[in-house]
Amino acid sequence: MLDINNLYAGIDGKEILKGLTLHVGTGEVHAIMGPNGSGKSTLANVLAGRPKYVATSGTVTYQGKDLLALPAEERAREGVFLAMQYPVEIPGVNNIYFLKAALNAVRKHHGQEELDAMEFLQLAREKMKLVELDEAFMNRSVNEGFSGGEKKRNEIFQMAVLDPKLAILDETDSGLDIDALRIVAEGVNALASEKHSVLVITHYQRLLKYLVPDFVHVLADGRIVKSGGKELAEELEQKGYEWIEEEMAATR
Amino acid sequence: MSSVLEEKLIAAPVHIDGEPERVRRIREQAADRFNVLGWPTTRSEDWKYTSLATLANIDWKIDRRQPEGNDPSSPFGDKPIAELMFVNGALHANRSALANEHPGIRVTPIREAMESESFTQHFSRYADYEKHAMTALNTAMWQDGAYIEIAPGTLVEGFIHLLFIGDDGIAAHNRNLIVAGRGSQITVVESFFGKGTYFTNTVTEIVAGDGAVVDHYKLENESLDAFHIGTVQIHQERSSSVTSRTIATGGGIVRNEINAALTGEGASLSMEGLFVLSGKQHVDNHTLIDHVAPHCDSVELFKGILDENARGIFDGRIIVEPNAVKTNSRQTNKNLLLSETAVIDSKPSLEIHNDDVKCNHGSTIGQLDEEALFYLRARGIGAEEARNLLVYAFASEIVERMKVDVVRENAGRALFARMPQHMPERRSEPR
Repeated sequence: MLDINNLYAGIDGKEILKGLTLHVGTGEVHAIMGPNGSGKSTLANVLAGRPKYVATSGTVTYQGKDLLALPAEERAREGVFLAMQYPVEIPGVNNIYFLKAALNAVRKHHGQEELDAMEFLQLAREKMKLVELDEAFMNRSVNEGFSGGEKKRNEIFQMAVLDPKLAILDETDSGLDIDALRIVAEGVNALASEKHSVLVITHYQRLLKYLVPDFVHVLADGRIVKSGGKELAEELEQKGYEWIEEEMAATR
Repeated sequence: MSSVLEEKLIAAPVHIDGEPERVRRIREQAADRFNVLGWPTTRSEDWKYTSLATLANIDWKIDRRQPEGNDPSSPFGDKPIAELMFVNGALHANRSALANEHPGIRVTPIREAMESESFTQHFSRYADYEKHAMTALNTAMWQDGAYIEIAPGTLVEGFIHLLFIGDDGIAAHNRNLIVAGRGSQITVVESFFGKGTYFTNTVTEIVAGDGAVVDHYKLENESLDAFHIGTVQIHQERSSSVTSRTIATGGGIVRNEINAALTGEGASLSMEGLFVLSGKQHVDNHTLIDHVAPHCDSVELFKGILDENARGIFDGRIIVEPNAVKTNSRQTNKNLLLSETAVIDSKPSLEIHNDDVKCNHGSTIGQLDEEALFYLRARGIGAEEARNLLVYAFASEIVERMKVDVVRENAGRALFARMPQHMPERRSEPR
């Protein structure tokens, strides 16, 4: 699904990822954990194609394609979805209109027929239940006046509608109470399957109680410094990140 | 500054057969006044952003023929309850439909209304030709226009449409008077369009009687080579409620002057404007809201979208007179610049002469939100469509509030038609 090889990337001339290598297979759930400033969000943004985030060397291959060569919208149409850490409010753009335009752009890209308003509404209603979002939200402007938890649930709702092949969750758990966390995890679990891969980027282990990863990686100073199974997340929760840093210092 | 038109004006102020002595006298006073004031120049504070030198030096012709034949039909089909079409300042009788079957409504060419009591009472009472040269020019030279009178207590469903069409080389001075009687309700839409280089100089006086509700729309969609000078002068009496919307998408050099006087207690005014410009368009919005009476509310919102080398101006003034206690007034101008070369001058101002008021004003100038643009693209929406969506979103606050369906839809289309690179039709094309 996704092969990142020796990736160097940063923003405004500042190098943040320093030789990151990661392989995500089809149907796998990977968690990337790490302390603040380790490069977690940079990785998410580079993968999604956010302007100003520049890869200086290394490769990212997604389903056999050079991901870094595609503009952001092409990546989305090819099935890469980034659930944003800070979903932006867009006054004046209707939530449901926006998502219908997005889904139809994706469908068109794959030579599928566009959904009409009725068909789309039916799909949207179904997915809305999944994230327990009230229908009233759909006729408001994108994220405008949403609480933090509602914004994150809206991200998961969008993900459910767009049905991506690779979902990247950038600290979707931060700032969520336990109920919202459970809803988010259920939304992702509903997507996760043999054909879908998930990359969960998080600072804390608590989301991983509901969303069980196949692999856990520790990101520090722009590189993956440790990989393991789900038990690694528990170990990090107990011992903190200092333990990794000490281990790294010892091996230098 | 001298010009051919000015010389012509001195020689021949327009007179209409059978026009009352009062009108004749007003025309002559206005002509004299224009000759004293001369064309506005950028030396005056009110005109500092807009030069009329090009306009003043063109040898404009006045068209005295009766319009006939294949002029464009109404963009609103049979939706208006009455419609008057003026071509080059003269009534196109075949294309006009009066609302004679509606009791309490009088819609007629203004030259046929000059004997009526309301005309005598209100005509030229509010649009000030003493101070304003272009109003003086209009008052001296108007050929025709619309006269709308709504009897007290008459609630008009639907809207009255006035179309003004210009042709190359011609100057037209349109004059309208709208009188909404006590407790009446009316919606009037004025549209402007045409072909080539022409000059529209239009003045509309609106009188909202006690408790009257007036919705006025001005859709300025002139040819990109046209000059458009327009004044909407609103006079509000006790507890009247007026909404004024000015949507400017066309014209080469445009001046939209919108003035309102809230003279009766409890009157409320919503003055909205949207200007969407590209190329070398120059649109100068000049507004004045005069709070004369106590307990009045006014909300003013003007939004500008400027692309390429367009130049926009918002020069808005609110005056709260000493007597106008408990005034509630808010003035906002927001602008979106889509290119590095577009220019906006924003000059909101408040002049308050008593200390028992709630007033605020502000203006913003910004570019498209890069974060929002990325958010849309990250969901699969193409860069161009994402841009369209955000531009439309910026305008939608004004457009979506337009109550008349066909007018709102039309305004939405006109908005995008003026932004060729952002045409929504292109949205569905593959990259």
